[in-house]
Amino acid sequence: MDALALARWQFAITTVYHFIFVPLTIGLAPLVAGMQTAWVVTQKERWLRLTKFFGKLLLINFALGVVTGIWQEFQFGMAWSEYSRFVGDVFGAPLAMEALAAFFVESVFLGVWIFGWDRVSKKIHLASIWLFALATTLSAFFILAANSWMQHPVGAVYNPETGRAEMESIWAVLTNSTLWAAFPHAVTAAFLTAGTFVAGIAAWWMVRLTRSRKPEHVETARTVYRPAVLVGVWTMIIAGLGVAYTGDVQGKLMFEQQPGKMASAEALCEGEEEAAFSILSVGPLYAGCEDVRHLITIPGLASYLGTGHFSGEESYLPGVYDVQEEYTARYGDVTAAGTPVQYTPPLAITYWSFRLMIGLAAFSVALALAALWLTRKGRVSDNVWLGRLGIIALPMPFAASSFGWIFTEVGRQPWVVAPNPTGIDEIRLLTERGVSTAVPAGVILTSMIVLTVVYAVLAVVWFRLMRRYAIEGVPDVVRDESPEAQDPDDDDRTLSFAY
Amino acid sequence: MDLAILWFVIIAILWTGYLVLEGFDFGVGMLLSVLPRGDAKHREKERRVLVNTIGPVWDGNEVWLLTAGGATFAAFPEWYATMFSGFYIPLLIILLGLVARGVAFEYRGKISDPVWARRCDLAIQAGSWIPAVMWGVAFGNLVRGLLLDDGYQYVGGFWALLNPFALLGGLTTASLFLLHGAVFIALKTDGDIRRRAARLASGLSVVALVVAGGWAIWAQLAYSVSWTWGAVVVAAGCLVGVVVATRARREGIAFTLSAVTIVAAVVLIFGSMFPDVIPAVDGGQALSVAEASSTDYTLTIMSWVALFLTPLVIAYQSWTYWVFRRRLSTRDIPAPAGLSWQKIKDAAF
Ligand code: HDD
Ligand code: HEM
Ligand code: HEM
Repeated sequence: MDALALARWQFAITTVYHFIFVPLTIGLAPLVAGMQTAWVVTQKERWLRLTKFFGKLLLINFALGVVTGIWQEFQFGMAWSEYSRFVGDVFGAPLAMEALAAFFVESVFLGVWIFGWDRVSKKIHLASIWLFALATTLSAFFILAANSWMQHPVGAVYNPETGRAEMESIWAVLTNSTLWAAFPHAVTAAFLTAGTFVAGIAAWWMVRLTRSRKPEHVETARTVYRPAVLVGVWTMIIAGLGVAYTGDVQGKLMFEQQPGKMASAEALCEGEEEAAFSILSVGPLYAGCEDVRHLITIPGLASYLGTGHFSGEESYLPGVYDVQEEYTARYGDVTAAGTPVQYTPPLAITYWSFRLMIGLAAFSVALALAALWLTRKGRVSDNVWLGRLGIIALPMPFAASSFGWIFTEVGRQPWVVAPNPTGIDEIRLLTERGVSTAVPAGVILTSMIVLTVVYAVLAVVWFRLMRRYAIEGVPDVVRDESPEAQDPDDDDRTLSFAY
Repeated sequence: MDLAILWFVIIAILWTGYLVLEGFDFGVGMLLSVLPRGDAKHREKERRVLVNTIGPVWDGNEVWLLTAGGATFAAFPEWYATMFSGFYIPLLIILLGLVARGVAFEYRGKISDPVWARRCDLAIQAGSWIPAVMWGVAFGNLVRGLLLDDGYQYVGGFWALLNPFALLGGLTTASLFLLHGAVFIALKTDGDIRRRAARLASGLSVVALVVAGGWAIWAQLAYSVSWTWGAVVVAAGCLVGVVVATRARREGIAFTLSAVTIVAAVVLIFGSMFPDVIPAVDGGQALSVAEASSTDYTLTIMSWVALFLTPLVIAYQSWTYWVFRRRLSTRDIPAPAGLSWQKIKDAAF
């Protein structure tokens, strides 16, 4: 493999890996903050126990989000230096803002939250976790501003003298229509992930305790885990509706901004009116759209996703061939190296990742409905299938998020900065032109292998810790450690929390 | 003032923040197995004291690095691209060190087991030593200059980065961080370990004076401008001051002095690079501040952002240092709260 292919694999591996931890952190942080708020307001002990329990899982997860993020920040310059030269004037700004506005708040106030149980007042302690939660969402906003600009460059001009993109309006960059669809979509997806996580674990516990039939266990299931199930379920329902709505908005934008991505999501060869959305297709997708047969289809739905019309002239969706023709005329048919440009991304990946992203949400839907039904009117459930469903559904939104990103990023190919067909389309960069020229393939291969191995080891540790701490369940009775609840004359007490 | 020059100064300030703050938590990590004494149980307690002196703050310290990186990307894209692709291998090694160390800090106490704790200690020490040395090697090369072609691509190869001047730069940062860490421990702990740290600090100060002094004089004579002699003199004075202050048990003053030493080192480094961000060697191309910078528009936006946010960051970060100001000793450390290794291994649904 050449340096380009390796750099792409490395980026894909490390970024998808980073994004395993990201959605859980973004979604779970506000949920834990909410639980702690419930404790401070109602003084009910169960909320403190749930805060401690899910807070610990949040921390185990956060650690890997942080350490994998560091590599992300540097790899643009290391492996994608030509990309960095081209976009730096625009792209660097949101990245720097993310660090200054979000990462500092995140890391500093999380430190206060972890170690501060007995050192700051209850209110400040609660404020710390809320600040942390807000900052994780803010960091998503800035990084998605950067990413959205690559999908849809706005607020910048191309300078032919330097061959670079130059920023003209930060306002335009931060109000990019793509950003304002992608940001709520990614954040609601994160809430769906965390909601499923909380509901899944709590449902499993509720069933387990109820089945034991010991009165004190059933009592815990009713008073502690059932409320947690409901927190998770309602988060899932609201976030799920949000994901579907914002995804629909994204579809419409994609149709205007990256018609090739839309066409390849549907593996559509020729443009059509009333284009159907296929749920299952067979045939050699990897070889192109030619011999693909769409087996199960919903008429008009693909047209609706892109255009807002099920049928009629306005429902016309261009096909892969139309886009290839149009882009060839506009942007040329050979690369700098003289090879022909394929303006169609790999169809097998775009087609299936799009369907998996949407389809895997079905598990969350099933869990939400089952849990709502089985806990209706104050009931606790001992249905083993509910517990199993909780565990099966748990990883699905993680996978859906990864597929969403794979779709977004692979569908953009062959561009790393896609031209903006409704704006200034001189700002564009082929992925092959973005890779570092000063770094030999062997070096990238080495780093890719090392990172993959290190990340694999960390994944095993992370998984075992998450699993075991989830099996531990909520801590029994938690004492109030806040300074308000302590004896001020006691100088000899040990720290309530230490590493 | 020219915005590009202002941003050169801001980048220097961000690196200063990083090296001063993470400098001491590197030092604490480097000393993790050196300082603790006594039987196995007591040593483990003292190690936990050390880890907890930086537990609440290390991540916030590291964000100074992320900000320096992001700000370089925004304000000097050419510098970011050339430097990071040129330093690919050293940076990879540094980042792996930071990964190992971060995970080890956070996961050390999650499993209560001596073998696990030893492994994490190893990761913390390696993850502190490696970056502490490598940052010096990287900055040494920036002071000396890099071989760039006309397209600002680094063409010198990996081995050229390991020249004697840069290697001595690595020893310089390592000795400064060791010292800074020892002084920090003396400042933040109580009991026997505090005394040991203070004693060690005064010895390390002499080592740093020799190593860093040698490097600084070499830098001055070969690569720098005359005004940075000022920084060298200040640093030397501070290092002598550390010896005096630790002997007098004035750890707060000693810590300020070791911090100022690091500030002076950054002044020397950035002062001697200016007006380039990457000076030329062997007849290659230099990359100047003016050539590397972003447009005025971008720099103006970033200036406003930095103007509002940096003081705020400094304010709340300082506040956390105040919240966690209490000295720690072995008496403060509670029983381990992690799960046992057996439990982790037996996990089954
Ligand atoms: C939608 C959200 C999102 C996306 C697309 C990314 N990240 Fe991320 N990142 C986060 C959301 C996030 C977060 C939620 O804020 C994290 C996850 C866990 C955490 O600690 O913060 C984080 C952590 C994190 C850190 C460590 C921060 C710290 O030390 O506190 C860095 C340096 C980055 N990220 C950088 C990146 C880069 C350069 C990305 C692009 C390739 C990227 N992230 C994609
Ligand atoms: C600001 C955020 C992001 C930026 C700037 C960014 C940028 C890039 C760049 C430069 C590449 C390399 C060119 C290429 O091979 O396509 C790439 C590829 C890729 N990215 Fe992103 N990305 C971002 C976020 C993400 C996230 C969060 C994910 C998923 C978790 C992701 C998934 C991928 C994948 C799967 C590829 C490989 C595509 C391919 O090589 O065909 N990206 N992205
Ligand atoms: C009705 C359901 C959904 C629709 C219509 C939908 C639509 C879309 C579209 C069109 C994109 C691509 C945006 C672009 O490339 O410009 C996208 C990206 C993405 N999707 Fe979905 N999606 C749905 C469900 C989900 C679910 C359930 C998840 C995860 C839990 C998810 C997570 C993501 C992520 C993380 C991205 C990449 C980031 C972004 O562009 O926001 N989506 N989605």
